Amino acid sequence: MRPYRPKDNLQAKAYYNDRFWVAPRIPEEPVEDPVFAADLASLQEHYPIQRAYIQRGQLVIHIDAKENKEVLRYLKEELGYDVLSELSAIDYLAQDGEFEIFYQLLSLEKAKRIRVKCRIKEHEAIESVESIFRSADWSEREMYDMFGIKVNNHPNLKRILMPDDWVGHPLRKTYPLHGDEAAQWYEVDKIFGKEYRDIIGPEQRDAAFVDPNDTCNFARIKHEVPRCADPNSEPIRIEKFNDDAPFVETFDLKKAKIVNRDR
Amino acid sequence: MQQRNRLEPYFENLVFERDDNHMVINFGPQHPSAHGQLRLILEMDGEQVAKAWPDIGYLHRGMEKMAENMIYNEFLPTTDRMDYIAATSNNYAFALAVERLLGIEDKVPRRAKVIRMILLELNRIISHLFWLATHALDVGAMSVFLYCFREREYAMDLMEDYCGARLTHSAVRIGGVPLDLPEGWLERLNWFLNILPEQIELYEGLLSENRIWRMRLENVGVIPPEMAKQWACSGIMLRGSGIPYDIRKEEPYELYDEVDFDVPVSETCDSYGRYKLYMEEMRQSIRIIRQLIPMYKETEPQLLAHVPEYISAHKEDIMTQNYSLMQHFVLVTQGMRPPVGEVYVPTESPKGELGFYIRSEGEPYPYRMKIRAPSFWHTGILQDLLPGHYLADVVTIIGSTNIVFGEIDR
Repeated sequence: MRPYRPKDNLQAKAYYNDRFWVAPRIPEEPVEDPVFAADLASLQEHYPIQRAYIQRGQLVIHIDAKENKEVLRYLKEELGYDVLSELSAIDYLAQDGEFEIFYQLLSLEKAKRIRVKCRIKEHEAIESVESIFRSADWSEREMYDMFGIKVNNHPNLKRILMPDDWVGHPLRKTYPLHGDEAAQWYEVDKIFGKEYRDIIGPEQRDAAFVDPNDTCNFARIKHEVPRCADPNSEPIRIEKFNDDAPFVETFDLKKAKIVNRDR
Repeated sequence: MQQRNRLEPYFENLVFERDDNHMVINFGPQHPSAHGQLRLILEMDGEQVAKAWPDIGYLHRGMEKMAENMIYNEFLPTTDRMDYIAATSNNYAFALAVERLLGIEDKVPRRAKVIRMILLELNRIISHLFWLATHALDVGAMSVFLYCFREREYAMDLMEDYCGARLTHSAVRIGGVPLDLPEGWLERLNWFLNILPEQIELYEGLLSENRIWRMRLENVGVIPPEMAKQWACSGIMLRGSGIPYDIRKEEPYELYDEVDFDVPVSETCDSYGRYKLYMEEMRQSIRIIRQLIPMYKETEPQLLAHVPEYISAHKEDIMTQNYSLMQHFVLVTQGMRPPVGEVYVPTESPKGELGFYIRSEGEPYPYRMKIRAPSFWHTGILQDLLPGHYLADVVTIIGSTNIVFGEIDR
């Protein structure tokens, strides 16, 4: 029997898992930093915050996805978080049917970083924050390209890294890592027919592979046979490299000229 | 009846729009001053750019996807291929992010920290020399290109002596560095640091007061501070707009809080101001490395953090100690399993803020890794920056943004 592979997550998995091993967690510390605490209190007065904690020195707040634009506007205009340094999503479709979207903000005056997180369902759209942070223009395009998350009111929601006619969104966990068998034999099946698969053989994809039967592509250096001759026949003998020949048999460090580093 | 003339002119890269007299020009992706695979679609009103659409993705290799399917140590050499001008800065940013995720940042030995910082600043010098060379070549100064490459070669030799590679260094490991400095390396480094300042003066003598250079750079590509913030500019693009924010100073990592250096800022916001900053940053890097050399001599010889849960033991231990060998085997075949959680770690790479966001679910593979590459936004800003400029200035502006396509497309 073939092992069952879940179709909702096609990514690489650890082949060995200890049944009794429980992964430790990075502690989610309470917000005690005075700067963060003041910002969080100010934010909580205006918007409901689902969760807030400090992880590895940065404040993380979870909000409702419908309020992303208002919260980010408040953070920028009232609290001075004026740079949106990063924005992207995480695919939790297999676990919860949701995407997690994070906004990584930086305050240049306070030198503090906040991460704002929210969750949307698979076919929901998120409101664009491009009108607040111009940098969201490209990051939202990248998020749309990589995850297929629609962004409302975005000025130019097109694919950015992948070609415009690409099918699928590469960073989803359901996106396959390899093409299937039909894709692998596509040209052979199309041109010659399925029965020629054995004769032609699979495409060579190993860059380090050296074909020992190859007689013309430098595969048999120092054991060269004439082109297209039997690879097992007697190799061409070169009696002696004369001094003019541009071959280097062994590199002699003593004879080599060393460029003077001290000039 | 006369036949319609079938020999209509056809220009591959031009489209004429008759009604508004605008012309659409395709710039790149194979243009020599496109700094990689940048394709710009420019709508021209005469000689002036009316609209610009940067088109990226020609070098997209899906690094974030690759990261999700590799164990952490496997991914480190892949980071070389992002900003391939200064590969160590990528290795370091990734290693630091994983170290902070594991919580072993403090356990990295001091000697490893000093070596890393020397390599980082050396890479900054390499990157800035390369920038000056290509930028000057774009603007039309051929000899500066040759001078810069001569000095860059000495720095590349130093990198080669240390790690064996010239471009894709992988000179940093998670938890430290793999090798100690080879014998005589610090003397060669010292020699390089001694000749570099006079060479920088040579470049400045050729360029700073050069009439053509100033005419091509001054008041070209003006980024007001507000625009720089809006577009999440970082590094010299931010400091060139008068905002004194350097991650090494503001959020110090490694030993940057122990060394003494200045953060140069330019108030002019134009390409010439940024050029001045690059020159000054090279001097500051020299200053930092000069302080690090005596610090190196005071350190203990340990190079990798001692955290057997996550990091393999020293080679000698692996060869002699049974338990170390078992740990090493598990770490190589299965990979380390960091705690569940997430971390975003910014570092000041030569191009700007290079950050790694890592989400870990406690598995040997990261659940999500987002690479925040500074050049991505420095390319995005072109669509707001280019309109109004002349076509000849487009090359200057692309040059002064110092973008590298390995990290834009990732």
